[in-house]
Amino acid sequence: MTASLVIFFVLAALAVLGAVSLILQRHPIHSALSLIVVMVALAGLYLLLGSEFVAAVQIIVYGGAIMVLFVFVIMLLNDGEEERTNFSKLATFAGIPLAVAIAGFIGAAILSSSSTLPAATANGSLTSSKTLSMLIFTDFVYPFELTSFLILVAILGAIVLAQREN
Amino acid sequence: MNEFLTQYAFLIVPIIKIALLVFVVLTVDAYLTWLERKVIAHIQARWGPHRVGPHGLLQPLADGVKFIFKEDPIPANADKVAYFLAPFITLMLALTSLAVIPFGPQKFTLWGYESTVGIADVNISLLVLFAITALGVYGIALAGWGSNSKYSLLGGLRSSAQMISYELSLTLSVVGVLLIAGDFSLRNIVEQQGTTGSGLLTWNIFPQIVGFTCFFISAIAETNRIPFDLPEAESELVAGFHTEYASMKFAMFFIAEYTSMISISCLATILFFGGWLSPFPAAWTFTHYLPSLILIPFGLWVIYDGIRYENIFGRILLPGVGTAFAGIGAALLVFPTINGLVQGPFWFFAKVFIFLFVYIWMRGTLPRFRYDQLMSFGWKFLLPVSIANVVLTATVILWRMR
Repeated sequence: MTASLVIFFVLAALAVLGAVSLILQRHPIHSALSLIVVMVALAGLYLLLGSEFVAAVQIIVYGGAIMVLFVFVIMLLNDGEEERTNFSKLATFAGIPLAVAIAGFIGAAILSSSSTLPAATANGSLTSSKTLSMLIFTDFVYPFELTSFLILVAILGAIVLAQREN
Repeated sequence: MNEFLTQYAFLIVPIIKIALLVFVVLTVDAYLTWLERKVIAHIQARWGPHRVGPHGLLQPLADGVKFIFKEDPIPANADKVAYFLAPFITLMLALTSLAVIPFGPQKFTLWGYESTVGIADVNISLLVLFAITALGVYGIALAGWGSNSKYSLLGGLRSSAQMISYELSLTLSVVGVLLIAGDFSLRNIVEQQGTTGSGLLTWNIFPQIVGFTCFFISAIAETNRIPFDLPEAESELVAGFHTEYASMKFAMFFIAEYTSMISISCLATILFFGGWLSPFPAAWTFTHYLPSLILIPFGLWVIYDGIRYENIFGRILLPGVGTAFAGIGAALLVFPTINGLVQGPFWFFAKVFIFLFVYIWMRGTLPRFRYDQLMSFGWKFLLPVSIANVVLTATVILWRMR
């Protein structure tokens, strides 16, 4: 077992545990904290795959900016613990079979294709941020600009919604 | 044993460096509190600490003992997880941010493992530093929310809003430097500043004076220092986010604040003031004696001050300290190789010290912002100016490339 495999399993376990705890926690702040753990663990996984820039941006944007906003809003509303009810009928009769079915499909897909799965970059080299930005602004410039346009529309929508109250 | 060392040198050398750095940084933090109290006292025409040890030099030690032995009450209905996690997150992130800072130009080989002055030499070190700073908000926000107190909550809210706002201009203000250097690595940013010549004029501060101004203002806001210390404004919020913290947990917030002051000062030095590069042209070799020229007179002055100190303890301790300073200075004169090695770190720490002094100076001089002024200053002034700086720098670089 190589060192990178050990690190992978630690980070993967951290990410999965964080995700499970995100759902199981009763308090919104604790859920948000669990989500931050997931984000940071994912950043570690990106780093392991050799994309250092994406790893850093993952923490700066998701771990830093977006989750801080989440925590800020939860703190501002000062919401209490969520209430638990028994499963609704829809959840018992439709949800559980659906979850089992999805888990089965994913498991079957992984099992059937495990022999043909391509290995991740094993050369250990890092994708420099220069190459990444060259790709973004030359080959993938249309998807990139479209995404930024989409975000701009979302920002405008937020402003319109906020203005309507006045 | 030697085989073991060479085999695991990649693990052992960083651990030694980390232990050393943490020890040094914690000591510097302790004496930074002493310096701050002393400087502010003299600004306000007071004496400052002068009872514990000569000139109050043992005051940090006394403070440390007090922090450890104080009672540590936990507020009723506090959220235990957030309350206990918050100081640890804050201190951990503050100390981690020092891991990517290069303190000098040298590379050395220990047990067959090549290593640098500084813990990690990452090629995205600037981004790593910003990532760590971005996570730093959680410590304060959680402390404010977890203590179940209205003052703490208000402090935590203020601090999260403030840190989100000023992080934008902090990040944008260094883009100019990044465009000039073309690299995220702090080591390469410093070395790039020395490529066009030597001396003061090659530093990034001259093309990036606007960027530096925005950076320094946002950096003060990020470290929650006066005049941006609204999260702990004592006249409005008792002590803000750490109202409910006592004993060692309070000390952790305190240490974290001083540590992030140090790391931000290091960052300002690296990005805008040439890091370990000397401000004099390389031809002026006589400036290599500057460390000795400062250390020996300072040591002699401490000895002179010590022998006529009012109590016997000071008359023993101060001349000892002074002899140590003068001795180091004399040793640097005698051994030119060591003197050559010391040049880089000497300039680096001299610049960092100046920034730390400016931090303290501002605390003694400036009044606190009003909250709405703080927000409109960040969003309506700093952010547009830093964006304009980015556009202008990019235009000039493109025009020169033509």
